[in-house]
Amino acid sequence: MDLRYTEDEEVFRGQLKEWLAKALPALPPAPDPLDWPGRRAYDTAWQRMLYEAGYAGLHWPADAGGRGATPTQHLIFLEETERAGAPYVGANFVGLLHAGPTIAAEGTAEQRARWLPPVLRGDEIWCQGFSEPGAGSDLASLRTRAVRDGDHYVVSGSKIWTSHAEVADWCELLVRTEPVSDTVPKHRGITWLAMRMDAPGVTVRPLRTLAGSTEFAEMFLDDVRIPVTDRVGAENDGWRVTMVTLSFERGTAFVGEVVACRRTLGELARTARDNGRWDADPALRRRLGRLGAEFAALWRLTQWNVSESQGGSSGDSGSGGGRGGFGVPGIGGSVFKLRYSQARQELYETAADVLGPDALDLAHPWNQDRLSSLSYTIAAGTSQIQQNIVAERILGLPKER
Amino acid sequence: MEFRLTEDQLALRTGFRALLDGRFGRDELRAAVERPVIDRALWRELGDAGLFSLRLPEADGGVGLGLPEAVLVFEEAGRALLPGPLVATHLAAGTVPGADTGRTVVAASDGALVEWLAEADEVVGEAGDARPVRSVDPLTPLHRVSGERADRPAAALLTAALQLGSAARTTELAVQYAKEREQFGRPIGAFQAVKHLCARMLVRTELARVAVYAAAVTSGAGDGVRAPDTDVAGAKLLADDAAVRNARDCIQVHGGMGFTWESDVHLHLKRAWVRAGQWITEAEAEELIAAAL
Ligand SMILES: Cc1cc2nc3c(=O)[nH]c(=O)nc-3n(C[C@H](O)[C@H](O)[C@H](O)COP(=O)(O)OP(=O)(O)OC[C@H]3O[C@@H](n4cnc5c(N)ncnc54)[C@H](O)[C@@H]3O)c2cc1C
Repeated sequence: MDLRYTEDEEVFRGQLKEWLAKALPALPPAPDPLDWPGRRAYDTAWQRMLYEAGYAGLHWPADAGGRGATPTQHLIFLEETERAGAPYVGANFVGLLHAGPTIAAEGTAEQRARWLPPVLRGDEIWCQGFSEPGAGSDLASLRTRAVRDGDHYVVSGSKIWTSHAEVADWCELLVRTEPVSDTVPKHRGITWLAMRMDAPGVTVRPLRTLAGSTEFAEMFLDDVRIPVTDRVGAENDGWRVTMVTLSFERGTAFVGEVVACRRTLGELARTARDNGRWDADPALRRRLGRLGAEFAALWRLTQWNVSESQGGSSGDSGSGGGRGGFGVPGIGGSVFKLRYSQARQELYETAADVLGPDALDLAHPWNQDRLSSLSYTIAAGTSQIQQNIVAERILGLPKER
Repeated sequence: MEFRLTEDQLALRTGFRALLDGRFGRDELRAAVERPVIDRALWRELGDAGLFSLRLPEADGGVGLGLPEAVLVFEEAGRALLPGPLVATHLAAGTVPGADTGRTVVAASDGALVEWLAEADEVVGEAGDARPVRSVDPLTPLHRVSGERADRPAAALLTAALQLGSAARTTELAVQYAKEREQFGRPIGAFQAVKHLCARMLVRTELARVAVYAAAVTSGAGDGVRAPDTDVAGAKLLADDAAVRNARDCIQVHGGMGFTWESDVHLHLKRAWVRAGQWITEAEAEELIAAAL
C-alpha cells in the first residue's frame, strides 16, 4: 500500500500544472448553464485546447488516438484540472467517457479511425440513446425497431432523457433487430448502432428538467436509415456491447466530480464561518465534518479502484466473498456510484442549511447544484438497480428472477 | 501510486486469518463469553505470531513492519471478535517489558474508558478513579474514568481497524444467512429488501476500508501525544459507523434468530458500541474534521 506518486507521475503533474496556468486564461468566459449551444462551443473549445496540448483522451489506448496514460495519470489530470478551475467534460461526456471507450474496445479499425479522432479534437459530440419511455431500468425491454434493408438498417421508435441530444452529432443507439419471442429472450436481439443526429427522420424535442434546463430531450426516430457499417459489434450482440458501455459510464465517469465536491465543501465551511452559522449550529458543523470524511474516503476508493485496475487484481479487497471484482469497471463502480450519488445530495442539502434563507434564491449556484444533484441517484442506473448489481454480482445473492 | 495490498500484505492477512480461525474459532468465542478472562496461553501465541511486536524494529526483536500491516492484522482480530486489550498491549510493545511477546497484558485509559483493567498486568494512563461498570459487551470488562481524553492517533486507528474487521464479518454473516435461509419457497436473499440491506452493508465496509488503509499510509500516526489528524478521525468515524450499522442490519437479516443470545451478531454490535466510545467518538471526530475544513 502506497499513496505516494512516483517521480514520473510528479513530473507529469508538474508539466500539467504549468500548462494549465498558461492555458486557462485564454479560455473565454463560461456560458450561462442553461445555454446549451453556448456550452457546446465552450466545452469543445476546451477539448480542442487539450487535444493540441496532448492531453486529450489521456487514458485512451494509444492506438485509439489517446495518450495511453496510466489510470493514475488520469487521476492526477482530474485533480489538477479541477484544482485549477478548468471546465469539466460537459457536452463531451458521452463521447469521451463511454461511447469513445466502447468504440475503442469493440469497434473495427475503420470505425476507430472514423469516430475517435473527432471526439478527441472536440469536433464531434455524442449522446446516448439507450432509455425509452417504456424501458428505463429494464433497459433490455427496449422496443425501437431496426429492420434490415440492403446495407442499411431502417430504424423507428423513440428514445427519452437523451442528454445533450440538442447539440450532439452522433448517438450511441440501442435498437431491437430481432423481436422478443419464445425463442428470442429480451437480452438477445439488441444491436448497438452509431446514428448521425442530422439523419432524415430524427426529431429531437427538448425536455425541461426540474432544474429548469433543457439538458436532455426526447428523440423520435421515423424510418431513419443507418448504414450497416455503423454497427458496433455483431447484430443481436448489442447487450454485451451495452454492458461494456455501462461499465465505463458507472466505473469512471463520475470520478472527477469528487474533487469538485471537496472544493465545494471547503467553500461551505468558509461561508458558514462568515455568516455565523458555524458557531450557532453545532449540528451543522458536525454534518460538514462527516461530509469531509465521506468525500475523503470516496477519493480514496477511487484511488483504490484505479490501483487495482492497473496492477491486475491483488485479490479481493477483503469482504464481498473474495470475488475481487473491484478492478472491473462497473462493479467496483457500483459501490462508488451508490455512495457518491447519496453524498452529493447530502452535500447540497447541507449547502441549503448553510445558506439559510438564501437557499431559496436560484441566483446562488449551490441552489442550481442542489436541484441537479437529485438526478444522481437516478441517471446511469438508479440506486435500487445499483444495489441489485452489488448484491447479485459482488455478494452472489440469488437473482430476482 | 500502488494503493492496494502487496503480495506480502496479502500473505500476512491470510496467515493471521488462518491462525485466528484455528485458535479462536466459534467454540472458543462462545466459551470466552461464558467465562470472560484473558486466555494467557493464547495471548502468548499471539505474541509469538507478532501481533504485539509487529511494529518494533527487528533489532529489538520485533517484526519491523509498519502501521499498514498492523491495520491488516487488527482487521483480522476484529473479524474474529478476539477479546482483550489488544490495542493497548500492541502500543506498549517496546516500552512495557513483556508486552511485545504477550507475556505482559497491558490495559490503557483513553481518559474516559479502560477495558480489561482488573485482568491487566500494567495500566498505561490515568486510571486512579476508575470505577467498574456493567459492560454492555459480555466480552469486554469496562471501567469508567474521568480524566482528560488521551490523544493517541495510533490507538484510534487500530481501533478503527478492529471495527472494519467486524463490519466486514457481519456483512459476510448476513450474506451467508440470506443465501441459506428460505421463506416463501426461496432464499430470503432473493428478496430485494434483504438484498439491498446487504448491498448497503458492503458499501459502508468498503468506504471504511479505504479510509482506514489510507490513514495507515498517510497519517504516520506515531505514538507521540498529538491530536489524531483528519485522516485518522475520518477513518474512525466511518469504521465506527460501518461496524455499528452493519451489526444492526445483520441482526435484522437474521430475523428472530438474530435476537437470540445464540447468534454471534449481538456480540459484534456490543463490541462495536464499546469501540465507538474509545479514543475518539463520532462527535469528536466530526468536530475535528470540520475544524480543518
Ligand atoms: C439527468 C438524467 C440524464 C439522463 N441521460 C440519459 C441519456 O443520456 N441517455 C439515456 O439513454 N438515458 C438517460 N437517462 C435515463 C436514465 O438512465 C433512467 O432514467 C434510469 O435508468 C431509470 O429509468 P426510468 O427513469 O425509466 O425509471 P424506472 O425504471 O421507471 O424506475 C422508477 C423507480 O422504480 C425503481 N425500480 C425500477 N426497477 C426496479 C427494480 N427492478 N427493483 C427495484 N426498483 C426498481 C427505480 O429505482 C426508480 O426508483 C438520464 C436520466 C437522468 C435523470
